Amino acid sequence: MVVWTDFERATITDIFSKLDYEAVGGATLARCLVVYPWTQRYFGNFGNLYNAAAISGNPMVAKHGTTILHGLDRAVKNMDDIKATYAELSVLHSEKLHVDPDNFKLLSDCLTIVVAAQLGKDFTGEVQAAFQKFLAVVVSALGRQYH
Amino acid sequence: MLSAREKELISEIWERLTPVAEDIGAEALLRMFATQPGSKTYFSHLDISPSSAHLRSHGQKIVLAIAEGAKDISQLAITLGPLQTLHAYQLRIDPTNFKFFSHCMLVTLAAHMRKDFTPVAHAAMDKYLSAFAAVLSEKFR
Repeated sequence: MVVWTDFERATITDIFSKLDYEAVGGATLARCLVVYPWTQRYFGNFGNLYNAAAISGNPMVAKHGTTILHGLDRAVKNMDDIKATYAELSVLHSEKLHVDPDNFKLLSDCLTIVVAAQLGKDFTGEVQAAFQKFLAVVVSALGRQYH
Repeated sequence: MLSAREKELISEIWERLTPVAEDIGAEALLRMFATQPGSKTYFSHLDISPSSAHLRSHGQKIVLAIAEGAKDISQLAITLGPLQTLHAYQLRIDPTNFKFFSHCMLVTLAAHMRKDFTPVAHAAMDKYLSAFAAVLSEKFR
């Protein structure tokens, strides 16, 4: 079981309460598709992903990014059992979407960068550590049902 | 593989950051120590508390080396020759730490450059720092 300090719980709740889900979600997925272009393999039906400008302006990317970020809400609300919370989603990503779980880490790194750019100075080393710990637990839970 | 435009972007960014090399370097190191406690084992001989003189001067050294390499990326192996030897035979830092440091450097850049740390700049910088780390570890074995 993951042990969360009071600081970590407060930090995670605080960050997510302040997030503009549409802006951050879309920006995160777009960034992932630009920085790690091979991730585009999962989005063949998303239309124009030809260059960074096209990706950043793509409405399907924006919409899907928001969906992903809202998916993280579930973990924020159930920090003490993220494993169970994501069991179904893990099966979905494995059996239906066939997503290589290494990609979860890539997306989570992009989210960290986007949040850092949003919060600037307030994204201190301690806040970063808490945020990355949270994302690591999420990533692990999402990969758990793969076989 | 870095395009000509990306190399330009990278050298521009590092030129702009050279005056604040101490701040950027110290911050990246602190982020790494906070998120990867194992990395602190390489600094048991220094005072790495926030705003310590050791931390700032060490951070500055690292950033200045990265900035120097950015001036002519095609010559990285030559520019980094002495540092390659230092890291391989004296420091012997486990290379996974280069990945951790690079990530923390990207986070530092994002926190400082905010909107200006665009996906394109991020991609270019990630590629550069990966290449830098790879060249740095070339003499390890």
